[in-house]
Amino acid sequence: MTLTAQDMTEIRRDFPILQTTVRGKPLVYFDNAATTQKPRACIDAIKKYYEHENANVHRGVHYLSEIATQHYEDARQLLARFIHAPSPNNIVFTRGTTEAINLIAHGFAEAILQPEDEIIISAMEHHANIIPWQIACQKTGAKLRIVDLHDDTSLNIGHLTSLLSDKTKLIALCYISNTLGNINPIKSVIDLAHIRAIPVLVDAAQSVGHIPTDVQQLDCDFFVFSAHKMYGPTGVGALYATSHWLNKLPPYQGGGDMILRVTFDSATYQQPPHKFEAGTPPIAEVIAWAASIQYLQQLGIEKIQAYEQSLSDELHHQLKLLTFIQLIGTTPTKTSIVSFTHKTAHPHDMATILDDHGIAIRAGHHCTMPLMNYLHVNATARASLCFYNTVEEIETLVRALKMIEALFS
Amino acid sequence: MTPELRALYQEVIIDHGRHPRCFGPMSDATHVLEGYNPLCGDQLKLFLKINHQVIEKAMFEGSGCAISMASASLMAQYLQNQSLDDARKCFKYFHAMVVDKSEPHEKLGKLNILQGVKEYPARVKCATLAWHTLLNALDGKHDIAKTE
Repeated sequence: MTLTAQDMTEIRRDFPILQTTVRGKPLVYFDNAATTQKPRACIDAIKKYYEHENANVHRGVHYLSEIATQHYEDARQLLARFIHAPSPNNIVFTRGTTEAINLIAHGFAEAILQPEDEIIISAMEHHANIIPWQIACQKTGAKLRIVDLHDDTSLNIGHLTSLLSDKTKLIALCYISNTLGNINPIKSVIDLAHIRAIPVLVDAAQSVGHIPTDVQQLDCDFFVFSAHKMYGPTGVGALYATSHWLNKLPPYQGGGDMILRVTFDSATYQQPPHKFEAGTPPIAEVIAWAASIQYLQQLGIEKIQAYEQSLSDELHHQLKLLTFIQLIGTTPTKTSIVSFTHKTAHPHDMATILDDHGIAIRAGHHCTMPLMNYLHVNATARASLCFYNTVEEIETLVRALKMIEALFS
Repeated sequence: MTPELRALYQEVIIDHGRHPRCFGPMSDATHVLEGYNPLCGDQLKLFLKINHQVIEKAMFEGSGCAISMASASLMAQYLQNQSLDDARKCFKYFHAMVVDKSEPHEKLGKLNILQGVKEYPARVKCATLAWHTLLNALDGKHDIAKTE
C-alpha cells in the first residue's frame, strides 16, 4: 500500500504553503529534515484554539480552562497511542527534542552519573545529542564514548559492543541520522544494551513522522522527538520514558504546575509526567500537534513510509546517475534524506543556485560538525524529502544540478 | 537563471573561487589571523606582511564556497601595497556595498563585482569573512602571529 496519484493531489492541497512560488517558480521543498510544512488541519487548530478556547491549563475551574485542559490532555493520550506508549503518563511535553535530551542529561547528572561512568553516543549524532552529554560529563566526571561508523557510514555494532562495560550508564543514539538518512538498527542496540541492563535513549526526531513507532516493542527507555519535524508546530516536542525512569529522575525545572504543595522551605512534586512540566506549556501548539497526528493517522503511517521509500529509491537512483555528484553515506538502509557534494561547487553555492529554481535544500554541517570532521568533509548539501514531495520535483532537482555542473565545470 | 543569480555568479567570481589568487602560506608574515564562518564552515587564514603602515604583501589559504574564496582572493589582490588607512577605508566601502546596499565606492575598483551578493542576505557573510578577518588582524584581535 502506498499513496496514489489521487492521494497526492489531495495531499498537496492539504499543505497551503506548497501552493506558493519562490522567485517565480513553484516551491520544491526539500528541507524536511530541518522542519516540515504544516497541513491545513494543524494551522486551523491553532486558529480555533486562540479564537474560541484560549485559557491556561490545569488551573481554572472556568469553562474555557476546562476545555483547554481537556484538549491538552487528549493530545497527550493521542500521542501516547500514536507511539504505542503504555499510558499518557509516560509522555512529557517539552519544547522539543533538544529540551527532552537536556531533561534526561540533567537528571542523569543529578542522580545517576559518578566519576568515570560512561555515556555512549555515535559519531553521527546531532549536536543536540552530544552537547547535553558533554555538559553532564563536565558536571560529574563521567566520560563520553563515541561509536565508530563503517566505511559506508553504517553504525559499527562491533565497536559499540566493545565499548559496553559496567561503567556504561546510558546509550544515546539517533534512530535516523539527520545528515546521512541512515536508519540505525535501534532494536538490536537496545537488546544488546539491556543484556547488561544499560538504558537506551532514542533520538527519534527524524523517524516519528516517517516510520511506524512502537516504543514498547522497541523496549527503549527514553524516546524523544519534536512536533515541527512531523508536520506539527514549532516549540513543542515530547519525551517518552518508562515509568521506572520517570519516577527515578529528579525534576528538570521548578515552577508552577509541577508541584502539589509548596512552602517557603520545600515543595512536594506532582507525579510524572507533570513533575517535568513546569510553567505554562505551549498549549496551542500541543493541541495543533494532535491535529497533525490525526492527519497522519488518516493517511496511514505505513502508506507514508512506503511512498517515502519509493521517493528515496528514485532520488538515490537519479543522483547516482550524475557523475559529478558524490553521495555521502552509502549504507543501504536509508530514508529519504540524502547528503551529497559536487566535485567543484561548494554546497552553499549549490543551495543558492537551487533556490533560484525554487528548490529549498540545506547546505552546511547540519548541526553535526563532529560527523563532518569524521567524514573529512567541510559541508554537504542535503535534500530531505517527505510524503508531499513528488518524482517530478526530483526531476526538477536533477535538471538544476545539471545546470550547476554546466556553470562550475 | 534570474538576473540576480547571474550577477552573483559572474565568470570572474567562479574563476577566482576555483583558482584563488594570492593563495598559500607566507613565511615572513607579520600578521596571521584565522577567520571562520560557523554557519557555512567557510574557513580561511590570512597572512599579512606589514611594514611602516603599509601592507607589503597579503596572502590567504582556506576552503569554502565560491563567494568566500573569490572575495578573499580579490581582497588579497587589492591589498598589495595598500596603506593600513586605505585598507580600513576599503573595508568600510565594501561593507557599505554588500550590507547597506550602497552604490559601490569608486575606490573599490573591481571589488564591485561582488555587489550582487547584497541580494542574498544569507550569503553576505561569505563575502565579508575575509574582510572581517582583515579588520581583526589590523585591530590586533586574537593575533596568533608575530611581528618580526
